[in-house]
Amino acid sequence: MVFIWFKADLSSVEPGGEASAIEGVVAVLSNRINPLGVTEPVIQKQGSDRILVELPGLTITDKEKESLSRVAILEFGEEAAPEEEARWENELGRWKPATAIIDGEEKVLSSRYFKGNTYVDRDNLGRILLIFEWDEEGSKLSEEITGRLINKPLGIFEGDEPLRGDDGHPIAPIVRSQIVTRGQIEGLTLSDSTRLSKQLNAGRLPVPLEIIYDQTVSPILGSDFVDMSIKAGLIGIVLVMLFMIIYYRLSGFIASLALIYYGVLLLAIFKIFGVTLTLAGIGGFILSVGMAIDANVLIFERMKEELWGGRSLGAAIDAGFKRAWSAIWDSNITTILAGVILFWLGSSIAASAPVKGFALTLIIGVAVSMFTAVMVTRTFIRPFVGTKLAQRTSLFAPYQRKENV
Amino acid sequence: MFDIIGKRFWYFLISGVVILTGIIALFVFGLKPAVEFSSGSLLTVSFEQKVNTEEVRQALANLGYGGAIIQHTGEGDFLLRLPELSGDAKGNLEAGLTASLGKLEVKGFDSVSPMIAAETTRNAAIAVIVSAIGMLLYISWAFHRMPNPFRWGICAIASLVHDILVVAGVFAILGGIFGWQVDLMFVTGMLTVIGYSVNDTIVIFDRIRENLLKGSGVDFEVVVNYSLVETMSRTLITGVGTLFVLIALLLFVGAPIQNLVVVLLVGILTGTYSSIGTAASLLVVWERGERGRFIHPARA
Repeated sequence: MVFIWFKADLSSVEPGGEASAIEGVVAVLSNRINPLGVTEPVIQKQGSDRILVELPGLTITDKEKESLSRVAILEFGEEAAPEEEARWENELGRWKPATAIIDGEEKVLSSRYFKGNTYVDRDNLGRILLIFEWDEEGSKLSEEITGRLINKPLGIFEGDEPLRGDDGHPIAPIVRSQIVTRGQIEGLTLSDSTRLSKQLNAGRLPVPLEIIYDQTVSPILGSDFVDMSIKAGLIGIVLVMLFMIIYYRLSGFIASLALIYYGVLLLAIFKIFGVTLTLAGIGGFILSVGMAIDANVLIFERMKEELWGGRSLGAAIDAGFKRAWSAIWDSNITTILAGVILFWLGSSIAASAPVKGFALTLIIGVAVSMFTAVMVTRTFIRPFVGTKLAQRTSLFAPYQRKENV
Repeated sequence: MFDIIGKRFWYFLISGVVILTGIIALFVFGLKPAVEFSSGSLLTVSFEQKVNTEEVRQALANLGYGGAIIQHTGEGDFLLRLPELSGDAKGNLEAGLTASLGKLEVKGFDSVSPMIAAETTRNAAIAVIVSAIGMLLYISWAFHRMPNPFRWGICAIASLVHDILVVAGVFAILGGIFGWQVDLMFVTGMLTVIGYSVNDTIVIFDRIRENLLKGSGVDFEVVVNYSLVETMSRTLITGVGTLFVLIALLLFVGAPIQNLVVVLLVGILTGTYSSIGTAASLLVVWERGERGRFIHPARA
């Protein structure tokens, strides 16, 4: 899974135009992502200036990720004089952005002035060409710059890296004549030129974007941990069941059955509602298992007191369930309440998937445990009332120690 | 019968010492925030060849990442905490590591900007505080038949704050010694501890309420102590049961989720302790002012 949060820089947008700028960003991002062959990408606007991109699988390279947020995918550069600051440095030398002054404003030559109609072609020697066309502003810029750079190289850059050809060398053609309307980039590999063409045609971003949060989780990594945790959790639960059976005898055995029922029911609910069990979710799961056990412990402790007080099994069961209920209810409702608040507020946190996952599994887990620990245990234990087994109270509660009489 | 309430000041003393130590540790070492809260990048890599932490440290230092924090999480698996990496820097880092340590696979990558880090910290804190207020209100309502329902809520929340401070203190010490960082797993663990702590306290309060409603004329202190003893085996059994699950998690999963498990282990120990030792005792100390005069005019 890849999650990327972009923040749009809306400072240059006129008031009132923010919403349409963001819509434009979402549209361009979709256009840029779709050619990457990602299955089922999610591109969502969040808040006033954020866009969340969620891509299943590890289907995007770092380079592609970086290029998503660029206003212009390609920038053109000229050689920088030794005293000038370099924007790029590579084996061909030091480079600065190629600029010209148009209408009194200094502008950088980049692919933002391409018309969105680039295509890949081959020359008569079979070499690959990426053909592009300048828009009106780009034509003026290009005319000015290429006029100035005759017999000098024009570097082409994608982000911080030079565009490299099929031979691995940076592409920096020597300008032979002024370029006004159409141009071509030679020497690219077929896959690079196809990708670039698609991205270039996807349109330009109306505003600059910045990556503010970026998370990539390999499905293997996530599931490894979760699988191990689930196994460990199961082993822990088996230990708890043994402990309950040793301490509460037959009652403990019945509680263990209720616990198994709880586990199966919970997993089924997760499956039906498509809840993915993350590590944080496991935290919520452990707590809800703890509370499921706790509900049974509360009931059995009450039953124990009643049985030690000399009541029959039936009366002890009724009293145990009835009197443990308020404690179970209060503690469970408090927990669910906290879970709901966490889930609600967690939605506003970017790196919040764990908090939300925790809250969700906790809410579902506690709600289900209230049902199984009380209803299921009672249903299983009631049939014993009136049987011969019911006479032997020691089966249902720990032995009474002498000093407690 | 155990006299817990009578020895309440011993319990307060023990809690006080532990919390004070924790607070000193918090001031001395502080909590070391992980990338989620401080911005930066977290890279999970798996090397094909056998490499040790020192080799990874050396390789990273050569690439200019001398300050990286390296955690060995499994056979060839390492967790690298680095300053925020751009896509290009990440590519160069991967190439550099491959050149010096052999083939590797990037299994996970997190990168958080300072803005999001600050936001996450703030929102996580708000979420915890709001849910504590929510619990306070609910408990106050649930105990509305008691003379001072608000006090019950405050005492339950105080016991929760107690547990949070103990866990944070222990983590500050672990951070000081082993360089452990506070990440979202730590926060998840804290949330779990909060849930557990409140649950534990409420069960005891519930029993106190029941016993108070049942009999009249008995000293508040005696009723509280009686209720504590009655619920003692439940408190311990639930605590032990939960510890079983945690120990299994620690033994079978280990390093990748150590923060979560350690927070839970410490939290459940202190949660159990504070429910028995301090939460109800605090209620007694608070109630005695008025109720003491009411029931035993002579003592006032």
